[in-house]
Order: sequence, then structure tokens, then C-alpha cells
Amino acid sequence: MEQSIYRSHILVCGGTGCVSSGCKEVQEALKDELKEKDLRDEVKIVETGCHGFCEKGPIMVMYPEGVFYCEVTPEDMEELVEEHILKGRTVERLLFTEPTSDDTIPSYTDIDFYSKQQRVVLSNCGKIDPEEIEEYIAKDGYEAVGRVLTNMEPQEVIDEVKDAGLRGRGGGGFPTGLKWQFAADEDSDKKYVICNADEGDPGAFMDRSLLEGDPHRIIEGMIIAGYAMGADEGYVYVRAEYPLAIDRLQKAIDQAEEYGLLGENLFDSGFDFKLQIKKGAGAFVCGEETALMASIEGKRGMPRPRPPFPAQKGLFGKPSNINNVESFANVPYIMREGADAYNSIGTEGSKGTKVFALTGNINNTGLAEVPMGITIEEIIYDIGGGITEGKDFKAVQIGGPSGGCLTQEHLDLPIDYDSLIEAGAMMGSGGLVVMDEDTCMVDVARFFLDFTQSESCGKCTPCREGTKRMLEILEKITSGEGEEGDIAQLERLAENIKSTSLCGLGQTAPNPVLSTLEYFRDEYEAHIYEDNCPAGVCEELTGDYYVIDEDTCIGCTACVDVCPVDVISGEQGEAHVIDEEGCITCGACAETCPVDAISQA
Amino acid sequence: MKSLDELKELRDKAQKDIQNRDTGDKVEIIVGMGTCGIAAGAREILQEVMKEIDKRDLDVRVSQTGCIGMCEKEPLVDVKMPGHDRVTYGEVTTDDVSKIISNHVVNGNVVDDLVVARLEE
Repeated sequence: MEQSIYRSHILVCGGTGCVSSGCKEVQEALKDELKEKDLRDEVKIVETGCHGFCEKGPIMVMYPEGVFYCEVTPEDMEELVEEHILKGRTVERLLFTEPTSDDTIPSYTDIDFYSKQQRVVLSNCGKIDPEEIEEYIAKDGYEAVGRVLTNMEPQEVIDEVKDAGLRGRGGGGFPTGLKWQFAADEDSDKKYVICNADEGDPGAFMDRSLLEGDPHRIIEGMIIAGYAMGADEGYVYVRAEYPLAIDRLQKAIDQAEEYGLLGENLFDSGFDFKLQIKKGAGAFVCGEETALMASIEGKRGMPRPRPPFPAQKGLFGKPSNINNVESFANVPYIMREGADAYNSIGTEGSKGTKVFALTGNINNTGLAEVPMGITIEEIIYDIGGGITEGKDFKAVQIGGPSGGCLTQEHLDLPIDYDSLIEAGAMMGSGGLVVMDEDTCMVDVARFFLDFTQSESCGKCTPCREGTKRMLEILEKITSGEGEEGDIAQLERLAENIKSTSLCGLGQTAPNPVLSTLEYFRDEYEAHIYEDNCPAGVCEELTGDYYVIDEDTCIGCTACVDVCPVDVISGEQGEAHVIDEEGCITCGACAETCPVDAISQA
Repeated sequence: MKSLDELKELRDKAQKDIQNRDTGDKVEIIVGMGTCGIAAGAREILQEVMKEIDKRDLDVRVSQTGCIGMCEKEPLVDVKMPGHDRVTYGEVTTDDVSKIISNHVVNGNVVDDLVVARLEE
């Protein structure tokens, strides 16, 4: 903050998604352009965390007007500065176009993707500079911890969290207030608060975005938790694959220490709290709380049987409390606005909001925060903008490799902890992988099992051996070698692994198989009994060349143009032929054919 | 950090720094920044406006607009108070800026001798 007042703030997204789509280059070009036009003293560039709309990155928001520009490039900066900053004219071509209506929308808040969300946890993400503690403070940051430390007893804090109805956002959904109570009730000279940021599910990036976009919120939540249960030390366990998140969190910790918001005698209350980061090496199992603590202690990250629970004997043998990033991020809001404000959002059994990471075959890939109880259809179609290329929705995998898939019939299912369990899935940490009609569900099950199998730590036999055997059967089926009895064997193994594994990884590993078996059993059967992959994904089960139906072919030659190996021949206006010898089954011809005359033999 | 008051003091200062990201209802000052405006010295006017706002610690949205056709009267400065007509001042000099802000923006009195147009709300 070199100067006290700027006429314009340009917020450039600096989340990992936008970094990979080129926001750094955009920012450099913008800086050069502002310098060129001698505007550096009038315009401030603010690098923010993730805006959530990763699909449209790099993203820029111009204030004071609040104009939202997306998919900007370094080459756009000259025009943008000249027109928007200098002459005050909106650059129409860089505005967002709503896919449903083709309208260009200048203002952030009017875009469907944002207007249908309810941002509590993400309220600052994309709006403040995460590397400036002052910006967090300007958004009422550290107010909650100040009030808690100066006006409330620890038990009152726990009661407030209980009343709010907050449940663990890492997946299990255990009531957070109750968890804090267990740790608070233990009598010990030392206790620990741990933040689990070992986000490892394929397709999940909620915790990373929060740490990158609003790290102080998590720090504030952890200080409050520490005070509530009498812990004076905290760890944030972040995977080393999140370098930007680690960097921003470390800066945030340093700044909080500088301002005396971490350290000794906070708010003159006599309460001390220090916080440090532990970088994880990226083993999925370290998201399991006992394995995570072992890893912090410097041991190999493997789970151990419970009891004793972490609240009794946790990190370094001391009572400890572990919550997920998003759980902590809810705490400052609850303490500032009160339990009643919080529990007015959501459903009977699931209060507040949930952040979901939308990925897969969906138009608006990104982060969405919605109130609990919203339907899957609203998330996928209203916020997510529907399925890519206008294809049909087939299924959505919710809860990552531990969760299950939901289908067409679940589109109107309200999303909350209990109804998801009932439907055979789980909230999980919030990954939503959307799949279209061209997805093979057996292959999806194989993918997730391949993941859990390779991430199994090997300590207990059911998980180590069982997932391996299940994976072998799935590989057999997808390669066309499936036989009678495979499905029954999968089901038997699944039940055994679920009921006898040591930790959550094994107990939930069979879920993707079980839920695809429940909803897409016919696909398994087609693979095994008909040697056919209905979605055309499993290579061994589809023909090794394409054919053109001569009655349908209109001889437009579109396929000839796209064939990379030039094996399609025929006169214009007449039926074409593919040379099966040379065909490499890339499918480019079938995709481009305007009359769907081409299919796999 | 020793008290809530200390935090509040810090917050008040920090909020001032990011107040222009609040897109809610507030006083707007719009400077004509078409080629004609810039040629007539609108950049200096704009900088003067920012200086004055900073000095008086006001929460005002400052934006620009393109040429509105009154090139003759540039530099043009519009003041738009919520719920009132948009008033356009013409041939504004850097010395006029403080008068416009103190009379109109702070006290609500339009500086009549500089007005070139009024747009009804």
C-alpha cells in the first residue's frame, strides 16, 4: 500500500487454475501497459485468490465499476487500459457471455454462475489480496477471534459451534462442536489443533483454493478452536504439491505474528497460540487423521486403530483435534454472525453451505459454494452451465474415490449429508466429477479403484490385498476377459473390505464399484457377456477400425479432411469407404460426420 | 494486537484502502476521458479529484466516461448523488475541483456557475 488512495483497483485472479491459464503473463503485460501510460499511481493491481470460475480464466475484475472480464490475454491489455482505464469504456468483447442466453454480462454479480451461489466461506476469495492481512481485516477479519478472546468463555464458544450445527466438511460430517468438546474435556498440560489440508481426491480443489484465496480465515478459525479446547499450538498439514497454498499460508502466518494475532497473550487475554505448517509428501492415506498425525511426528504415514481417539491421545500422545480446512473457515463467520444466522442456512440435519469443485464434462468448471439442500440438478445445470458439447448427463461421482455415483434419477436429490448416504454416495470433501453419455462406468470404477489401490498404505490385509484383487477383476472386465462370477466376486470382496479395513480409505474404497454396480449393472453385464462396451471406451471391446454406412453417407468429404492417416476414399457426393487395414480408430471421422454415418466395426 | 479497539482502528484504515471495491449506492464523480477530454486536461482533473477525495477522506466512486459530444466544454466532470439529478460541470479547471467537491459532494449545493447540463435521474 504505497499510496493511500487509487481511483481504480484491478483484481487479477492468481489462483492455481488461472496461473495455468496464463494470469501471470497477463499481469506483467498489464503492469507494463500501466507504466507506459503513466497510470501506476492511479491504478492498483491486486492479485487475488481463486474466483471460482476457473473455466473462464484468466479472470479480471475492474473496480469501482465491478466489471468482470474473462479469458483475457496479455495482448488484450493495451486495449483494456486504453479503453477501460483511460476512456472509461467497457471492452465488450472481453465480457462474459452467458451460454444459455448469449447475453454479454458486464457485472460480476449478474452472471448465473455467481448469482446462484451463496458465498459464506468463499466470501473473500477473489475479492481481497490474500497476501495482505489488512485486506482481510478490512473485511471484518479477526473480529471474531477478538470478540471470543475478550468476551467469551471457552465453553460458550463450543456451545455456539454446537448450536450452529456445523458438521465436518472433510467428508465424515461429524458434528464439529462435539469434536471440540471431546478435546476440551481432556485434562492435559498440552493440546494440539490440527488443520487437515491433505486434499487428495481426484478432482477436488476446494481446500487449496481457500488456502490460496483467504488464508487468514483458516488461521482465525484455528485460533478460536485452540481457545475453545485449551490448545496453544496448531499445525496445518498441507500437501507439498500445493506450493502456492503453502506460500500464501506462510505469508499469512508471518503477518499475523507481526500484528500479534498469533503468539503470546493475544488480545491481552493471557491466551497464547502458535501455528506452523507441516508439508505432506502427498500420500492419500495421510488425510486419515491418525496417519496424518503419525506423519507430523515424522513417522511413516499409516493409520492406527481407534480408540484411543485423537481427542484422548493424539499428536505426540497429547489430546488433539483435527478439522478440515473448510470446517475451520466456517468458524469465524459463526462466531461473528452468531449460531442462529448460520443455522438458518441449509437443511434440518445439514447446516450452512458447502463448497464443491465442479470438474469433468461440465461447462463451468470451477468452485461453487451453495447452501446445503440445493439439488444436484441446480448445481450441474444452473451453476455449472450443463454438460459440455450439449451431450446428455450420465452420472456424477460425488465424494471422490470414497464416494459413489449418482444418476439421472438423483438429479432432484437435495445435497446434504444424510440424503447422500441414503443414495449410496457421500458428501466427501466436495469433489463433483460430472460424466456425460460417452463415459464407461466400469472404466470409471476401475479408475477410482486404481487410485485407492495404489494409495493403500498396506498396513491391513483387507485393503492391501482386497483392493488389488478387485482391481484385477475390473481390469479383466474392461479388457474383455470378464467371465461368469466376476460380479458376484466383486460384491463379496467389496463387502469384506468395507467391513474389515482398518481406516476410512479401505472402508470406502469399494464404494465406486458398489454404486456403479447398483446403477449401471447392465454395463458390467454387457462387458462380460456380450463383449461390448456400450460407451465405446474400452478398447479391447470395440472394433479396431471404423466403417461408413453407405446408405447414410452423403459424400460431403468432411471425414476425408480430418482423417490423420488418409485412409478414407470416395468421390464427392458418393458414399465413402474406410480402408480397415490403415484405420487407427482415432474416431475423428465419426466425430465430424454430420449425418452420423460412421461407427466402430 | 491487544484490544478490539486496536483492531477496529486498523480496520477503519484498511477499509478506506479497499472502499472503491464496494459497488453499492454512493456518490459518483465521472470525468470525461474521451480524446477531447484528455486533450483538454482531463487527466490532471482526475488526479486532482483523487487528491481532494483522499484529503477529505470521502467514500466516492470515481469513474470515467468517453466523449459525450460536448467537446467544446471539456474537461467535463459529472457529479451524481444517489437520488439526485446527474449534474455536468464544464470547462473545469484544477482549481474548480475543490470547490465542486466541497460545495456539491460534501454539502449538497450545486455550483451553479459551472453547470453546463443536468440529467434527470
